[in-house]
Amino acid sequence: MSVARAILIWGALGLAIAVPVVVAATSPLLAWRQPVYIASGFAGVLAMALLLVQPLLAGEYLPGMPVRRGRRVHLWIGIILVAAVVVHVAGLWVTSPPDVIDALLFTSPTPFSAWGVVAMWALFAAASLALLRRRRPIRPRTWRVGHSALVTVVVAGSVVHAMLIDGTMGTMSKAMLCALALAATVKALVDLRAWALLRRRA
Amino acid sequence: MIRKTHNRRSFLVAGAATAGAVLTTGASGLIVPARAKEVPPTASMRGGSNNYIPGAPIVERIGGGGFWMTGTVRQAGDGAPIKGTRIQIWAHTTEGHERDERSHGATLTNADGTFRLEMPQIVPAFGQAHGHLAYDSGSFRTVFLRPVMSSPNDTSLSADFVLEPA
Repeated sequence: MSVARAILIWGALGLAIAVPVVVAATSPLLAWRQPVYIASGFAGVLAMALLLVQPLLAGEYLPGMPVRRGRRVHLWIGIILVAAVVVHVAGLWVTSPPDVIDALLFTSPTPFSAWGVVAMWALFAAASLALLRRRRPIRPRTWRVGHSALVTVVVAGSVVHAMLIDGTMGTMSKAMLCALALAATVKALVDLRAWALLRRRA
Repeated sequence: MIRKTHNRRSFLVAGAATAGAVLTTGASGLIVPARAKEVPPTASMRGGSNNYIPGAPIVERIGGGGFWMTGTVRQAGDGAPIKGTRIQIWAHTTEGHERDERSHGATLTNADGTFRLEMPQIVPAFGQAHGHLAYDSGSFRTVFLRPVMSSPNDTSLSADFVLEPA
């Protein structure tokens, strides 16, 4: 792979993440929010951006990230992603406890929160499965199909969650980031033939 | 000429249709009260009571103003306006979060049951720009409303209460 191509791919990824972050950082809504609320919002934006990085690492699309290094980075990004979601929810809890309790109990008046909560639990499950796999052997079929199915729910749920929110991310940059995350996830699932083991023994 | 024949299938279909009709009538009879033309009471909205601080003071306006919360308060049944009743209002605005006491205030309804209170501009928080209103004064059953603004650029929001005796 040429250096120019590598620069182009990393540059495009940097731009796809930087633009929504910069738009969120300059949102007028920030002026009317307390620091904790602002931080939890940014944790959400960061998590959304990492949802684009993860399938790119899993599918080995990033130059300089061959299989072994790519997997290690995927693991670390996964840990940061879980942490970002925890900060996101904890910050919202501090800002308005009843709204977060409503969301977690699926009694919120706003549908976006239910999508976010479903994505959150799917993320925790996908991460738990990955941790469990390091401790004890899990059948390849369970691991591969399970992790793939769970992250599909994570990405789809998060995209709907983000698109329904009237928040600090700009509509255009948010839609772009969501579309890229979805496309990268679908491509990785297709290229890795995530369902292959399911079909063989089903 | 079409000759009408009856067989087991046609009887079954007719029977099912009759049963369905009976069920529908029975069910709707249970749901709609006898006083069908009367004004039904307003139900509390999901999340309506979030960050409620009871006993907000009656104020000329909340903070610097610039945004109008309006609405009506009527009695269930005959729909008669309720005057002089206290409506409490709070929201996430340009001047504070929902939990801040300065974001809360109350007003009294006029003789025609209408109310309007000036408050700071409501801004999007927790997904959408929305306001909170409460009737919680004892004479009627407590109602919490949480209307959502159709656009965050709106400079007013309204909500109507129909109250039933406590």
